[in-house]
Amino acid sequence: MSRALIVHRAGPAMTLQDMGRPGWIAYGLSRGGAMDRLALEEGAALLGTRPGVALEMAGVGGLFEASEEMRIALTGAPMRATLDGQPLLWQASHLLPAGARLEIGPALSGAYGYLHVGGGFAEKEILGAQSAHLTAGLGAPVRAGARLAVGPDKGGETGRKLAVAERFSGGVLRVVESLQTGLFPEEQRRRFGEEAFVRDMRANRMGVKLTPEGAGYGVEGGLSVVSEVIAPGDIQVTGDGAPFVLMADCQTTGGYPRLATVIPADLPCVAQAPAGARLSFRWISLDAALEAEAAYRKEIAELPRRIAPLIRDPADVPDLLSLKLVSGFSSGDHHDH
Amino acid sequence: MALEAGYPEIRTVGIDGMLVSFGDRLSEPANRAALAFRAEVERESWDGVEESASSLVSCYLRFDPLYLRHADLAAKLRGLIESRDWMQAPLPGGRRLHRIPTVYGGALAPQFGEAAAAAGLSEREALDSLSGARVRVTALGFAPGQPYLGELPECWDIPRQQALTPQVQPGALVLAIRQFVLFTVQAQTGWRHVGQTAAKLVRLGEARPFLLAPGDEVTFPSVSEEVFARMQGDAEGGASWEALA
Repeated sequence: MSRALIVHRAGPAMTLQDMGRPGWIAYGLSRGGAMDRLALEEGAALLGTRPGVALEMAGVGGLFEASEEMRIALTGAPMRATLDGQPLLWQASHLLPAGARLEIGPALSGAYGYLHVGGGFAEKEILGAQSAHLTAGLGAPVRAGARLAVGPDKGGETGRKLAVAERFSGGVLRVVESLQTGLFPEEQRRRFGEEAFVRDMRANRMGVKLTPEGAGYGVEGGLSVVSEVIAPGDIQVTGDGAPFVLMADCQTTGGYPRLATVIPADLPCVAQAPAGARLSFRWISLDAALEAEAAYRKEIAELPRRIAPLIRDPADVPDLLSLKLVSGFSSGDHHDH
Repeated sequence: MALEAGYPEIRTVGIDGMLVSFGDRLSEPANRAALAFRAEVERESWDGVEESASSLVSCYLRFDPLYLRHADLAAKLRGLIESRDWMQAPLPGGRRLHRIPTVYGGALAPQFGEAAAAAGLSEREALDSLSGARVRVTALGFAPGQPYLGELPECWDIPRQQALTPQVQPGALVLAIRQFVLFTVQAQTGWRHVGQTAAKLVRLGEARPFLLAPGDEVTFPSVSEEVFARMQGDAEGGASWEALA
């Protein structure tokens, strides 16, 4: 049998995701790809590879088995994970022996967990990517019974961990003005940067609905604007007055007016906000946004240097028995900062 | 045709996008300008620009803002805007004229009669008008490869219906506000279902995965239900195309 990850049980919204398919907007196909792109980068850093394809698990994981020994990394929303019943640390890489049972339960915080395999998944590409883009009819959810092909792994370390940016419980999101910000009354633009929002139950790979604390938002007089290009991070306001942040699988064009755009560096925080999380927005200038983008790219480039061994070599530890060797999996939301 | 005041307009989209708009509502010249301008942007292929697309009345560019500064890209765009009258620019080369056979009315397209009445035409007149119209792919969107087509004659300036049609099948030709949409997916719609086609607009795995490109032109000649039934087994669904200039 070829190298594969066998899926014995799968949560309802589990898909393969990579960096998506740029270049098809003119044909009405949005880029798609992982909801939390930073989690893809973190997995790549843990495995010492380039960002590739991971299994994106929305809310809950599943039960997995490796056809042969393989390296794995777990990133994104911390989930309760065990290997043959033994707890596994999240934000870390591990060795998955052939036949061992990897069980990944519900998210302890955040929304999307990612399972990476050494060598990457090697399923069929559609238009140059393995990402499922369900609203566009590309690919399909991963179901129980699937055998996901895994590519050859050049090998490398396991038992590594990574302290990651806290982004699993909401927070402050930086926004820039969008092409239609000016259509909204001054009072709304001001209020948008001051009040808090709650992440609604309604959220998926297309977008995330936010319930405002106070009055709704909208453009006076039901203005009809010509359909215009949409970019991930755009915040559109539909008839119900609630802002809706458009995400990876958004449409490429839309007629609802857009109030602002969340900067790319803060999109992982939107993706990972669980239902009920509090989010707020802060307007920043385009120059400040470009500085934030530069800092974000620098942070990604430096991820490999932040990888640390999970446990020290016992030979170097004189009082081994008095130490807590592994921490963080008891609560799952503690990242050893 | 004169530009509306304030157009062409350059706006930013997020931190890595720029949009050149030729109007604030759909018109033939504004759409023509968007198509022609985008073709020129593609031809220029400026370093740092990663993708371009045309929407109904605009050209969108996605670029790396840390590599190519906003001010520099805006200056390039202004130079291109001022280089000619885009509202009268010839449409770009490499376009195609498609012929997509269509069943109008009957069980396959139940709102044809209703749409004809809304347009103030008899069913015979409506059939002649729609099957004789040659429309342009003004934009692709909503779903991959799914075209908006226009403009239809003035009598077809009919509003969307109040209630949504819960489900139309792929290949459904729907109409409102002087435009067609040809669905690639099963969907609910507020537009009236006037025709049914069997054309396959999405062909993943082929060199050209989407049959229609922005700026292509399409006619929807009328065929009988019997002919349509035979076409459904055909790889092209009865559709054919020829190169335009």
